[in-house]
Amino acid sequence: MKSFNYARADSPEAAVRAGGRFIAGGTNLLDLMKLQVETPEKLVDISRLDLNTVEEQDGGLLIGALVPNSDLAADPRVIANYPVLSRALLAGASGQLRNKATTGGNLLQRTRCYFFYDTHAACNKREPGSGCDALGGFNRIHAILGTSEHCIATHPGDMPVAMRALDATVVTLKPDGDRRRIPLGDFYRLPGDTPHIETVLESGELITHVALPAPPPGARQLYRKVRDRASYAFALVSVAGVIAVENGTITHAALAFGGLAHQPWRDPAVEGALVGRAPEQAAFDAAADALLVGARGFGHNDFKIPLARRVLITALRDLTGEPA
Amino acid sequence: MRFTINGSKREADPDIRASLLDVLREEFALTGTKKGCDHGQCGACTVLANGRRINACLTLAVMHQDDDIVTIEGLGSADSLHPMQAAFVRHDGYQCGYCTPGQICSAVGMLDEVAKGWPSHVSDDLSAPMFDDGEISERMSGNLCRCSAYPNIVDAIRDVHAQEQKA
Ligand SMILES: Cc1cc2nc3c(=O)[nH]c(=O)nc-3n(C[C@H](O)[C@H](O)[C@H](O)COP(=O)(O)OP(=O)(O)OC[C@H]3O[C@@H](n4cnc5c(N)ncnc54)[C@H](O)[C@@H]3O)c2cc1C
Ligand code: SF4
Ligand code: FES
Ligand code: FES
Repeated sequence: MKSFNYARADSPEAAVRAGGRFIAGGTNLLDLMKLQVETPEKLVDISRLDLNTVEEQDGGLLIGALVPNSDLAADPRVIANYPVLSRALLAGASGQLRNKATTGGNLLQRTRCYFFYDTHAACNKREPGSGCDALGGFNRIHAILGTSEHCIATHPGDMPVAMRALDATVVTLKPDGDRRRIPLGDFYRLPGDTPHIETVLESGELITHVALPAPPPGARQLYRKVRDRASYAFALVSVAGVIAVENGTITHAALAFGGLAHQPWRDPAVEGALVGRAPEQAAFDAAADALLVGARGFGHNDFKIPLARRVLITALRDLTGEPA
Repeated sequence: MRFTINGSKREADPDIRASLLDVLREEFALTGTKKGCDHGQCGACTVLANGRRINACLTLAVMHQDDDIVTIEGLGSADSLHPMQAAFVRHDGYQCGYCTPGQICSAVGMLDEVAKGWPSHVSDDLSAPMFDDGEISERMSGNLCRCSAYPNIVDAIRDVHAQEQKA
């Protein structure tokens, strides 16, 4: 690991003024620093900031950026009103990692693309302009939607997928003292020709909270994750669904996907294919067609296209069928 | 920096890059905590920090100023085993033993999470999780065992949970 300067921040204001790379749980950043994929010159330890509570606000929740994944998953208000979020958190990593991983750090965890981790490989995300060894190489875990000729990596997170379906907003503090509220749908960037720039955060901008609006009344929620082993593995495909049905018609549909793209993927056309229709196979097929119309495999990950269809359709059946 | 390790106040001046794991092993000779992968993937380095189980390999020692760290050496001694250590012996919950300190620290932290009512990925009812072998396996999935002593590990943990329920 390259050496670095270290400072512990005692307030969010001091953290943004300190001018360095934030470290929260450290479970992603240190992993990458050990491999010298990340080589920050200065770490600003934000782990002790007073941003570790979940408050009720405007009928929803305001989640501090340092709330550990474990605590958020077990929060009775999350379990009662946002079970898709608890489920997504509990499907991620391990008990030990969730105890350290934070809400802000989870949003900003970097791709698990093997070539990104291997400093001998070509990777535009790690070293802009160097190429992309995943394009012609082993790319089983890679994206099928929203890719570019420069990068086909996925965002590996589970929690952000649920938050995307719940219309979360990221609240930040900038070094100049300004605060921003960024809808999660505008937070992540597609790879394009700058895959090393993953979000719209500016240099030194601190995530202070994530805000969740009130959950849609009467909606059912589900998180389903398909992976290579039953636990402690990243998603090949995952779906977070929030669906309401009234009098035989779908009245609300929010569907976000993990494992498919550079960001938690949500497409209004998928939801458009469902809202106003009866919860039947024809509507489910139309939703899957809408999701996958632009999908493209790169060889080893071709299986994700039929897999995503099946995962979506079974999720829709479970969300709209007789309660178990 | 100062922290409490296994109940005693200790001081250290680690390299800024040192993981908690390396400081425990190298500065304090607490070599019970093992290094398997050094990347959060195996659980051999599990310790309790302020009562919560964490991977000591993925955290900087300097970030633990004033924390209360418990390692396998702090849970019990050869003369006076912690109930989880005793149960691993009774049920033969290991073969080579490399993963065992991490398994035991993780199991102790895990039962505490169960006592707090925390759900898991396999809980049908998130607000009232059951406790069964499926729950033990899921909750312990962050601890790999290359010798695959899993059935006996599950037996040991189930046994300690049952003892705690009776007490
Ligand atoms: C073996 C293993 C398995 C895993 N499996 C899964 C899985 O199945 N699903 C899943 O979703 N995740 C998984 N993870 C990833 C894990 O969820 C992340 O490592 C964790 O959420 C990161 O949070 P952290 O607080 O530790 O972040 P850090 O490592 O502290 O930080 C990550 C990044 O976020 C930045 N940052 C942190 N907080 C803030 C803030 N408040 N404002 C601005 N920037 C900030 C840091 O500068 C850094 O760039 C796994 C990790 C490991 C090691
Ligand atoms: S897919 Fe993206 S992260 Fe992976 S090698 Fe290509 S550029 Fe790098
Ligand atoms: S050594 Fe820490 S998880 Fe493997
Ligand atoms: S007993 Fe050998 S690795 Fe678990």
